Amino acid sequence: MQELLRPFEFEFFRNGLIVATVAGALCGLVGVYVVLKGMSYIGHGLSHAIFGGFAASALIGIDFVLGAGIWGVASALMINGVTRRRTIGADAAIGVITTASFALGLALFAVFGRRGNSFDAALFGSILGVDTADVVAIVVLTVIVAAAVFLGYRHLLFTTFDPEVAAASGVRTGLVDAAMMLVLATSILATMQVLGVTLIAASLVIPATVARMLTDSFSRMLVLATGIGATSGFVGMNLSYHLDVQSGPSIVLVGAGIFAVVFTVTGTRGRARAAGVAA
Amino acid sequence: MRTRRPAPDDGLLLRLRGVTCRYDHDPVLDHVDLDIGPDQFTGIVGPSGSGKTTLLKVLLGTMAVRDGEVRRAPDLRIGYVPQVETVDWNFPVTVSQCVLMARTRGRVVPWPSATERRDTAAVLERLGLGGFADRHIRQLSGGQQQRVFVARALMGDPQLLVMDEPTSGVDATTRHDVLHLLDDLNRAGTAIVLTTHDLNGIASHLPHLVCLNTTVIAAGTPQDVLTTDVLERTFGARMDVLEHAGMPIVIDRHTHLHHRVLPLRKSAS
Repeated sequence: MQELLRPFEFEFFRNGLIVATVAGALCGLVGVYVVLKGMSYIGHGLSHAIFGGFAASALIGIDFVLGAGIWGVASALMINGVTRRRTIGADAAIGVITTASFALGLALFAVFGRRGNSFDAALFGSILGVDTADVVAIVVLTVIVAAAVFLGYRHLLFTTFDPEVAAASGVRTGLVDAAMMLVLATSILATMQVLGVTLIAASLVIPATVARMLTDSFSRMLVLATGIGATSGFVGMNLSYHLDVQSGPSIVLVGAGIFAVVFTVTGTRGRARAAGVAA
Repeated sequence: MRTRRPAPDDGLLLRLRGVTCRYDHDPVLDHVDLDIGPDQFTGIVGPSGSGKTTLLKVLLGTMAVRDGEVRRAPDLRIGYVPQVETVDWNFPVTVSQCVLMARTRGRVVPWPSATERRDTAAVLERLGLGGFADRHIRQLSGGQQQRVFVARALMGDPQLLVMDEPTSGVDATTRHDVLHLLDDLNRAGTAIVLTTHDLNGIASHLPHLVCLNTTVIAAGTPQDVLTTDVLERTFGARMDVLEHAGMPIVIDRHTHLHHRVLPLRKSAS
C-alpha cells in the first residue's frame, strides 16, 4: 500500500495525475461527438496537425500553447469547412491537411534539431513538464466544455443525429459543428503534453466506444464516456509510474483493457450497439 | 433575386414562381411554379436527379434560390420528415428523445419539462406509439420508425408536413400503413408534400401530383398527369398506363422487355 501511495509524495506526479484524469474525462466527453459523427479519423488527424504547430512554436521560441493553439484551431476550421462542403473527398482532404502538418513538424525538428525531450514528449506524452498552470488550464477548460455541452445539449444531440432536419428546424448546425471542432482542437492541445500526439485519438475513441456498448441513451453515453476516460487517465498514470513506461501508452492501454472487458461481457448486444460508431 | 417575401392574402401556405436553383452552373430547378394550399396533399414524382429533393429544400427554406420568388404565409410552421434510409439507426437515442428534438430551440436544460413530456406522450399516443417511448429507435418495425419521425415533425404543430420518400425501402404493408397515417393527418388539417418514386403504390393514390424533371412537366390529379405522354416527358421512357377501379396503373415497358430477354434461371442446386 505504501508503495502504491509513494508517487503521491512528488508534486510532478500529483500534477500529472490530475491532468491525466481530467484530460481523460475531457477526451471521453468530446469523444462522444467524435465517434457518433464518424469523425475518429479527424480526431487522429487533428492531433497530428497540431504537432506541426507545436514544432514551429518550439523552434521559433513562441509560447507553445499560443503557437500550437492557433495552428490547431486553423486546422480544425479548415477540416470542418472541407467536411461540410464535400466538394472533394473529406477523408482525402483531411489526410492531406493533417499529415502535411505533421510532416512539417517532423521536418522542422530534423532541420533545426530537437530541444530537450520535447520531441518525444509531444509524440508519446510525458508528465515531467506538467506544472500547476497546466493543471489549472485543463481544469478550467474541462469545466467550460462540460458547461457548454450541458447548456447546448439539445442542439448538440439534434445536430449530431440529424443535421439536415436540425438545420431545417432552425438549429444553427454550422455553428454547433464549428464550436465542437474548436473544442476538439483545444482539448487535444490541452492533453497533448500528457497523452502525446500519436495516442490522443485513442483517448477520444475508446471511452466513447465503450460507453456506446453499455447504453442506448445519448445522455448516459456522455456520462459513461467521461467516467471511463477519467478512470483510464487515473489508473494509467499510476501504472505509468510503477511500470516505468510513458504516460500516453499506459493510459491508452488501460482504456484498451476496459474496452476488451466490456466487449467480452456485453457480447453481441454491445457489439451491435457499437457497430455504427468509430467509423 | 427575390425570395421569401411574405405571401399576399391568397390563403396559400407557399407560392413559388419561376424558381431556379443551380449547383455550380447546372440548373437543378428551372422556372418552377408551385402553389401549396392549406389541406393540400401533393406528391412530387420524377426520376433521380430531377430536382425533387432540391424542391423540398426550397420549401423548407434551406436552399438558396438563384432566381424567382418564394412567398410563404406569415409564421408558417413546417415539419420535415427525412428519408428513413438516411437515419443512423445505431445512434443512441430512444423514441421519446428523438421526438423531443423538435423542441430543441425551446429549452436550454437537457431534460424535458412537464409540458414537453405531456406533448411527447400525446403525439406518440396519437400515432399508435404509446408503449414505445423508451425503446431504442432500432428496436421498431419499418412503419413504426417512420411514425417516430412523423411524430417529431408533428411536435412543432406544423401547418405543412414535408416528406422525402416516406415509403422508400419499406414493404407493402408498411407503405399502406404510412399512406393511411398521412391521409388521416391531411383530413385533420395538415397540408402534406411528399416525394416518391412509387407511381403505383403511392402516387396514383394521392389527390394531387406534380411531375418534375428540372421544371414542372405537369400538375393535377393522377388521372390527369399519369399519362403515357406526361410520363415520357418526365422520365424519358415510354410507359403504358392502364386503368383499374378508376385509378391509373403505370407499366414500365423496360420491365416487360427485361423479363422476356432474361427468363429466370434455374437454381444451380
